[in-house]
Amino acid sequence: MNKIDLGYDSINLGHGSGGLMTRDLLDKIIFETFSNPYLDQKHDGSIIKMDGKMAISTDSFVVSPIFFKGGNIGDLAVNGTVNDVAMCGAIPEFLSLAFIVEEGLAIDDFIKIVETIKKNADRSGVKIITGDTKVVERGKGDKIFINTTGFGKVHPKADISAKKIKPGDKIIISGPIAQHGMAIMSQRDGLEFESSIESDTTNLNFLVSKLLDSFGDKIHLFRDPTRGGLASVLSEIASDIHMGVNITESALPIDDQVAAACEMLGLDPLFVANEGIFVSIVDPEIASEMIELMQKDDKGQRAICIGEITEEHPNKVVMHSVIGGKRMVTPMIGEQLPRIC
Amino acid sequence: MKYLSEYRNLEATKRYLELIEKTAIKTWNIMEICGGQTHGLVKNGIINLLPENVRMIHGPGCPVCVTPLNLIDKAVELLENGVIVCSFGDMVRVPGSKKSLLEAKANGGDLRILYSPMEAVNIAKQNPDKEVVFFAVGFETTAPANALSVLHAKKEQVKNYSILVSHVLVPPAMEGILGDEFCTIDAFLGAGHVCAIMGMKEYYPLVEKYKIPIVVTGFEPLDLVQGIYMALVQLEKGEHKLENQYARVVREEGNLEALKIIASVFEVGDREWRGIGTIPDSGYVLKPQFRDYDAESKFGVSSITTPENSECIAGQILKGIKKPHECPQFGKACNPSNPLGAPMVSSEGACAAYYHFSNHLN
Repeated sequence: MNKIDLGYDSINLGHGSGGLMTRDLLDKIIFETFSNPYLDQKHDGSIIKMDGKMAISTDSFVVSPIFFKGGNIGDLAVNGTVNDVAMCGAIPEFLSLAFIVEEGLAIDDFIKIVETIKKNADRSGVKIITGDTKVVERGKGDKIFINTTGFGKVHPKADISAKKIKPGDKIIISGPIAQHGMAIMSQRDGLEFESSIESDTTNLNFLVSKLLDSFGDKIHLFRDPTRGGLASVLSEIASDIHMGVNITESALPIDDQVAAACEMLGLDPLFVANEGIFVSIVDPEIASEMIELMQKDDKGQRAICIGEITEEHPNKVVMHSVIGGKRMVTPMIGEQLPRIC
Repeated sequence: MKYLSEYRNLEATKRYLELIEKTAIKTWNIMEICGGQTHGLVKNGIINLLPENVRMIHGPGCPVCVTPLNLIDKAVELLENGVIVCSFGDMVRVPGSKKSLLEAKANGGDLRILYSPMEAVNIAKQNPDKEVVFFAVGFETTAPANALSVLHAKKEQVKNYSILVSHVLVPPAMEGILGDEFCTIDAFLGAGHVCAIMGMKEYYPLVEKYKIPIVVTGFEPLDLVQGIYMALVQLEKGEHKLENQYARVVREEGNLEALKIIASVFEVGDREWRGIGTIPDSGYVLKPQFRDYDAESKFGVSSITTPENSECIAGQILKGIKKPHECPQFGKACNPSNPLGAPMVSSEGACAAYYHFSNHLN
């Protein structure tokens, strides 16, 4: 791939003009990389055949820096949307892919991102079937923005709906929290610190599909706690279902290094973004069996029950602290800001 | 994390809570000075685990909360005039009279959120054609780093760097609270990290003058319950002493190196406290030989004065006269997305602590 020669070192406005330079970029990079029968038609869009219930999800990716420990924006662009489709209880099959590139982005960086997208799409079993590339003037974007939309068939056994949640349901989390956010934070301008924390970005669709095969409609909800972290997702669930959520601080899985970094920067790991874990709310009778199954999968090795749904304190999330106290968990307001001292 | 997990131990904390229950006979009001301690108490649910006759009153030790409105307006004005303004994260969402720093950034201001003022000096070096100002707020804890940034800028002849100073000091604030006619405080938990810099000596005169126990205390659950217990033992015995619960961090003499740096750059002067007013000799100002690094005089923004929002009772909150949920605006007109005053914004503000962690618990 690195031998691709467009005659330029960086993307310029011509690559978004719709003319020959655009064609060159698409042919040599995009179509070459993602070639499949749908895309190869090189039409304005793709025609697909899907029967039955479908799930669709769209997401835009604007992460900065675009390259970070454990991945780059291309990983997020595929995994983020694949996971959102999976959280609907569906099996993602197709993705659309749209770039907004700021002029001046190095062609090599663009190629690296495209290769990452390809690698993740293959790993998740999804095909890129339509897309778009626009170039904006320097200063009008931030290197590269990506939008992807995912399409998938709903798993035949899935019946994912917050309406099915009832008191006593168990809350299971698939892995340690706050990794992605802290990996990004450690590389932000002005906030850099030495760490080996890597983003947890990964595709969760196969694990989700396996769980649905085994437990079907006993799984009442899947959610991935990305932006806003676990606290925001649990708060949303509590207010959607008008029931209470109880969680236990000592059960929350978190890596020592991540916990230490949060401590140092004064951030609450409950609010820090994740990209490779999910929360599920399930019938209590399957909880332990489901955790066992998850722990056998490399994307759920640290799966654990962190709490349950309760009739008490409707609309509120209450965390039982490590020292036996209780605290409210509220959704994040704006961006989490580092403390002064 | 080992050093922290020991101070978040369930069994040890329980033992102290039992001791507190046994020790406290009369009703006592104990004020924790520092906002970090307030958050520790509320976030870990300690307040609800204390017996009813041990009442925690939340003190003024949130540097963001006591930074006067007009200083935020000055920082906004600098941003709007093309100055690169660098700030700790807490400060950026606090409302000024018209807008917050974050809103000024959205309108095109070059605002940088930093962890260290030394980073701001680097930004000044990298942008020689721009002026760079660090918003130097905080208690004694942040003063050494802010002072150091000025010393570095002077040494390296970085002429486009200056600081907007709003340093406040803990002991004058305590004295202000004790002198208030509505004061009901029986004992203080002293601010651990402030004392880590300053040492203990400033607090002996307060203990003697007001015959009040002060226990310098840390921030973890076990620190807090131990500090409360130590204060109660004194109160029930009718004693008043200065004690150090946080001896693993706080030395009697403080951090001598940091004190030397502070003394070389700053001198004590009058300071305005948001919600409280001007307290004589309650803050740091730059010494005359460092006036070139004083953003207020450098940019002539020192004349802005702005009134507070009349519905905000931050002053009473900061003096411990009222608790956040006793404010008629709490959780209604005033909430973290639309704060009327700083205590609802800052991660150390008492109102934010109540809103986030215990708002509707009971």
